[in-house]
Amino acid sequence: MDALATPELAAIVADKVIDARGAACPGPLLDAKKSMAAVPVGGVIELWSTDTVTKSDAAAWATKVGHGFLGYAEADGYDRVFVRRGK
Amino acid sequence: MTTPISIVLFSGTDDKLHAAATLVAGASAMGRPVNLLLQFWAVDAFRSDRIGQPRGLATDAGASAAEARAALPWAETFRMAKELGEVQVRACSASLDFLGIPVTDLDAVVDGACGVAAFFADAEEGPITFI
Repeated sequence: MDALATPELAAIVADKVIDARGAACPGPLLDAKKSMAAVPVGGVIELWSTDTVTKSDAAAWATKVGHGFLGYAEADGYDRVFVRRGK
Repeated sequence: MTTPISIVLFSGTDDKLHAAATLVAGASAMGRPVNLLLQFWAVDAFRSDRIGQPRGLATDAGASAAEARAALPWAETFRMAKELGEVQVRACSASLDFLGIPVTDLDAVVDGACGVAAFFADAEEGPITFI
């Protein structure tokens, strides 16, 4: 799945927002994985992280396990990372 | 079936326990089965009455690093990794004997005790890392 441009990301209403700001690797990724179970297939999680590698880790994880990495948007001091549940 | 990642965790200081927990959690999140063997000081670190208490840093940590992070939540990372993926944690039976620790004294994150042959059998042809 191709990553979306920022305006498209801004239009996404996530099924679940996870605030993992302040957590170090791999905390945000584990939070994302845990939360994914709570959204339906096709649903989107929005992961907030101050860890700058979360966006690349989330992309690697999503690709590996069959989810869709939609992209990320920079917010005030953190990243908003969007992943669609694929299975 | 995916080949597991096997880790022999020998060290009992917070930095190395934390590094191991990070790798285990990452592999688990990526869908890789993890086969973890605790030996010696790592076995002691997983005693249910001691897990989570500060254990200090390795001797190769510089003085400036010593107080850099007060708490490394490695125990919680192991628990979460196990909750989210296929993670097998076993204590080396010889280490338990050597240290005089009954396996029942270990935290619930530890599945039990095993010998090295069982560990290698479960490692299959996958990589084995020693920490």
